[in-house]
Amino acid sequence: MIKSLEELKRIRDEVKKATKVREGMKGTRIVVGMGTCGISAGAREVMSAVLDELRKRDIDDVVVTQTGCIGFCKYEPLMDVIKPGEEKVTYVNLTPEKARRVVVEHIVNGRVVKEYIVPNL
Amino acid sequence: MEMYRSHVLVCGGTGCTSSGSVPVQEALNKEIKKHNLDKEIKVVQTGCLGLCELGPIIIVYPEGSMYCQVTPEDIPELVEEHLVKGRILERLLYKEKATDEKACSITEIDFYKKQKRIALRNCGIINPEVIEEYIARDGYQALGKVLTEMTPEEVIEMVKKSGLRGRGGAGFPTGLKWEFTRKAKGDQKYVVCNADEGDPGAFMDRSALEGDPHSVLEAMAIAGYAVGANQGYIYIRAEYPIAVKRLEIAIEQAKKMGLLGKNIFGSGFNFDIELRLGAGAFVCGEETALIASIEGKRGEPRPKPPFPANEGLWGKPTLINNVETLANIPPIILNGPEWFASIGTENSKGTKVFALAGKVNNTGLVEIPMGTTLRELVYEIGGGIPEGKKFKAAQTGGPSGGCIPAEHLDVPIDFESLKKVGSIMGSGGMIIMDEDTCMVDIAKFFLEFTQDESCGKCPPCRIGTKRMLEILERITLGKGEKEDIKKLETLAKNIQNSALCALGQTAPNPVLSTLRYFRDEYEAHINDKKCPAGVCQALLSFRIKEEVCKGCGLCARECPVDAIKGEKRSPYQIDQEKCIKCGNCLEKCPFDAIVRE
Repeated sequence: MIKSLEELKRIRDEVKKATKVREGMKGTRIVVGMGTCGISAGAREVMSAVLDELRKRDIDDVVVTQTGCIGFCKYEPLMDVIKPGEEKVTYVNLTPEKARRVVVEHIVNGRVVKEYIVPNL
Repeated sequence: MEMYRSHVLVCGGTGCTSSGSVPVQEALNKEIKKHNLDKEIKVVQTGCLGLCELGPIIIVYPEGSMYCQVTPEDIPELVEEHLVKGRILERLLYKEKATDEKACSITEIDFYKKQKRIALRNCGIINPEVIEEYIARDGYQALGKVLTEMTPEEVIEMVKKSGLRGRGGAGFPTGLKWEFTRKAKGDQKYVVCNADEGDPGAFMDRSALEGDPHSVLEAMAIAGYAVGANQGYIYIRAEYPIAVKRLEIAIEQAKKMGLLGKNIFGSGFNFDIELRLGAGAFVCGEETALIASIEGKRGEPRPKPPFPANEGLWGKPTLINNVETLANIPPIILNGPEWFASIGTENSKGTKVFALAGKVNNTGLVEIPMGTTLRELVYEIGGGIPEGKKFKAAQTGGPSGGCIPAEHLDVPIDFESLKKVGSIMGSGGMIIMDEDTCMVDIAKFFLEFTQDESCGKCPPCRIGTKRMLEILERITLGKGEKEDIKKLETLAKNIQNSALCALGQTAPNPVLSTLRYFRDEYEAHINDKKCPAGVCQALLSFRIKEEVCKGCGLCARECPVDAIKGEKRSPYQIDQEKCIKCGNCLEKCPFDAIVRE
């Protein structure tokens, strides 16, 4: 039973987070490589870890999507973090644990995890 | 509520349901489970997205990719490509008809660019069977605000200031109606939602109720507080089963959450809503007939005054508002009357929902700001006329309205402008006609409808429309007489002036407006015994052009009544006595040697 406007607003804010994905591509995006190469190297588990970490931390303004093979198969699983107005950062050779750290450091604290980014070839 | 990385919205409106969205959703659920994606991806059933012609429609968020005419067989590929690999499945994407370009996101589609969705703000975005999703879109905030911060007079003042006018057809100022009901003396008052949508080809209210039932419930409670009523009824036709089911679910959920019932928001205000199912009589959309039907009596209108605001349901003061009118109320309360009044034209504020039907590419549901021109609606939103044919006229207001010919394509769509060109806004039916439409036949169609739906209480409507219909039938059969046009006009005037209710008073409108703009077609039927559009069968004849006919004999084989005779390699001939004018031969002739005259 909702007995006050405050209570209604609380429910609204809670559900709003869960339906935010329908507002489309705004804000930060995490793109996981999900070509055959990515999936066989463990991208599925990386994706699950990212989603779980975002859920745990109640982060609702990040869009998680996937993409196909970008030709960098050797470095899979890889993942892009794209923050509005900033350069795209590509992380390579990820594991679920590494991916969680990227969420904490890059998404939450705004610091790029230098040791995981793509080597300059 | 759980978080998912992607939401897949499947349209569950009547249009998409009948083109098969239920098996598509089942296949989707199964396939997602198979790929172990059910913790990441959520499938949501939603309301009408408007492009009914292309159903079943699926939208995948966050990308906003809109997939059209999806079948269960498409689902494994769609899941594999889009949801597993993250590649948009181009094959099923929405394609702009004009340019053949595929649109990667719903935000890029021309059909939506000129629209402004206020009444339909949640349709196709929320799951109508989950109250939390409505709440997430500021649902019931307006009711909370009204009950905790405003007096009933302030609410009425706000609605008056917004300039909102009734969307059911007549366009009466909503705030005034609320004020009359508030001021009426009575110990018991009622709020009634008129969901008895009946115009041929119109489905605005059905879609609004199916896609967002709570917005109507919330608005009814607000109206109840404003006029001093504690009981509401929704009068809806039983032939809208999906809308009825979703309303039942919505009412139950709202009661469970305490948003309907006793002491809402701890304010001491009580409000309950019940459904009343109608049997689908057109006249029951007329408010006094509707009231009679709710009371369990035969659905017949009575003279006004007294108006329902003073003597309505069971003789008590009653506020009757249409579905779309009500759906506009919560955003007006939350965004303020100035916001609403800033949209539209001087005397027609806000938006209007139209059910676009007939000879137009994007048939479906659209909501446009008042003042949008007919040309924009037909060509930019509607995507133009199929097969490159010419626009002939648009019928607005259904059987009570009139047609707007090509010369008035630039008329702004608002209450006054439509009246000026001889039509009405009506409840939102919009039937587009192309060059192959016979206007006498159209007038006959609408008159057949009103004649069939006439309740029979008053003679002008019961007998007058019958006589008019007989004359029209005569004309389309090639038996029209010189005085028929004059007779039609006299009868029309008399019926307009003397019928009891709006159904009868407006029944002659389609005849009068087609006479105004397409008089030459009536004259051709009567004087020359010809139907210029080639529709009225009795006035048609088929002829084989001897100089073109190669004598292949195909037409003779296709003729179902053996009316075509001839020798191979020499011109064939049609026996006019035997010919039933089915047009089979014309369609089949490989040399275009057959003409329809």
